[in-house]
Amino acid sequence: MKLVIGIVRPEKANDVLEALFRAEVRGISMSRVQGHGGELERVETYRGTTVQMGLSEKVRFEIAVSDEFVQPTVDALCEGARTGDVGDGKIFVVPLEQAVRIRTGETDHGAVTPVDG
Amino acid sequence: MSAVTPLTVVAGVNAGDTAWMLAATALVLMMTPALGLFYAGLVRSKNTLNTFMMCVAAIAVAMVTWALVGYSLAFDGTGDLIGGLGYAGLHGVDFLPRNGESTIPHLLFMAFQATFCIITVALVSGAVVERMRFGAFLVFAALWSVVVYAVLAHWAFGGGWLAERGTLDFAGGVPVEMASGFSALAAALVVGSRKDYGRQALLPHNAMYVLLGAGLLWFGWFGFNGGSGFNTGNNSVLAFTNTLLTPACALVTWFVLDLIRGRKATAIGAATAIIVGCVLITPAGGFISPGWAMALGFLGALPCYAVIVWRPRTRVDETLDVLAAHGIAGFTGILFIGFVAQIGWNGIADGLFYGNADQLLDQALAALAAPAYAFGMTFALLKLIGLVMPLRASEREEALGMDVTYHGEEAYVTGEGAILVVPEDGGSIPVPVADPA
Repeated sequence: MKLVIGIVRPEKANDVLEALFRAEVRGISMSRVQGHGGELERVETYRGTTVQMGLSEKVRFEIAVSDEFVQPTVDALCEGARTGDVGDGKIFVVPLEQAVRIRTGETDHGAVTPVDG
Repeated sequence: MSAVTPLTVVAGVNAGDTAWMLAATALVLMMTPALGLFYAGLVRSKNTLNTFMMCVAAIAVAMVTWALVGYSLAFDGTGDLIGGLGYAGLHGVDFLPRNGESTIPHLLFMAFQATFCIITVALVSGAVVERMRFGAFLVFAALWSVVVYAVLAHWAFGGGWLAERGTLDFAGGVPVEMASGFSALAAALVVGSRKDYGRQALLPHNAMYVLLGAGLLWFGWFGFNGGSGFNTGNNSVLAFTNTLLTPACALVTWFVLDLIRGRKATAIGAATAIIVGCVLITPAGGFISPGWAMALGFLGALPCYAVIVWRPRTRVDETLDVLAAHGIAGFTGILFIGFVAQIGWNGIADGLFYGNADQLLDQALAALAAPAYAFGMTFALLKLIGLVMPLRASEREEALGMDVTYHGEEAYVTGEGAILVVPEDGGSIPVPVADPA
């Protein structure tokens, strides 16, 4: 059981969602974050004040999956989020100790497996 | 220039008319930033500033072209197709009334007409927001304000062939509404769709701006229509009052259609209905009775609503529906005059319902000629500009957003992570990544 964290461009968020749905990954959280991944080309000027924007808008997906779903999830994130330019984002896969489905109290594999219907 | 002291009101100028026209001119100028709000609310947040800036750019560009040549081509002489260059650079435009009928200074007449040219250029931008290059838009705005707006203004207002025939167009169904609407369609076709159009939901990012913009546009429209009589007489009062009636009735129709279609009356729909109503009454303002103005609002909203529902199902990304809200509404308003104009109300001509079928013919000619000219010229103009410079942003720039790409600013900047560039060291400073300590 792993937690897959994908940090992607906001404009690719819809493509990522589509790719995840196609891979039948259905338990997803999404949040808006700001991050820095080395890109610093964005210079903005407000009246006399010029700034380099050190943080870019990103969208973070968090997906808890059973082991056999890790690779399909990672593949879907890559497929949906890649443009080939600097700033496409990162994927982190981290071990997950426990998962609980609040509604039923199911734990672990049962908790991260979507209910059909 | 005539020798006048600052306090003199020259012969033939009416103080009351002049006072109202000064205020009306300011009201119409306000419509352009109001349109900026309306449009900016309808786009995604990353394109807010660019969308508003297209309206600001219209003020800068069209005011200059208008003063240099546009006004002259529109209002100098009574040539069939285009005016002369006698007023180029505002030569001879001074405090004397423009002709025997006018009661306001020529200079004020020019200023009032300038605000019309400005808002019309701004209207067209609605077709190409979120992907057109800002520089290309500036070039387009400059040329369009002369070859399309000034020419159509001459046809309808300046003594051109439509005015000569007796086509009735009170405040700009021809040069403003049909011109912008059908030019918008051509612009959308030449510039092409946004890259995500038809693939992703591209939603308005701030409905409050849309409502606020629509409200301010309606307010400004009292100057637009109410000032188009150029006096404080009956036709101005009629146009002013009709500008209250028609949009209100268009709103009623819109609520009903929204409720039938989706069981909910939408706010952005209401904002749209206000615009549609104002456009419907624009050509007809001083020519039809208040009763018919209400009928125009109730009925005229129907074709506009239909086009607004239909257009997003097509592959034409005419992004902010300028065709539906201005082109179709202007077309409807122009034709409507041909049926219901009453000499008892306007002092000029009756329409078909009151025994004058010729008026409908004159109106129909305008309703065919103006869209054809606007569409054809805009299409050709953008194709020509496209030969010289790219019209649209790259896919990457489109993804990043027009605000950062063309203006180096964001509408909703947080300031987090912004590193001050100190002028002394030429902008190259070390990158202070968050200190891991």
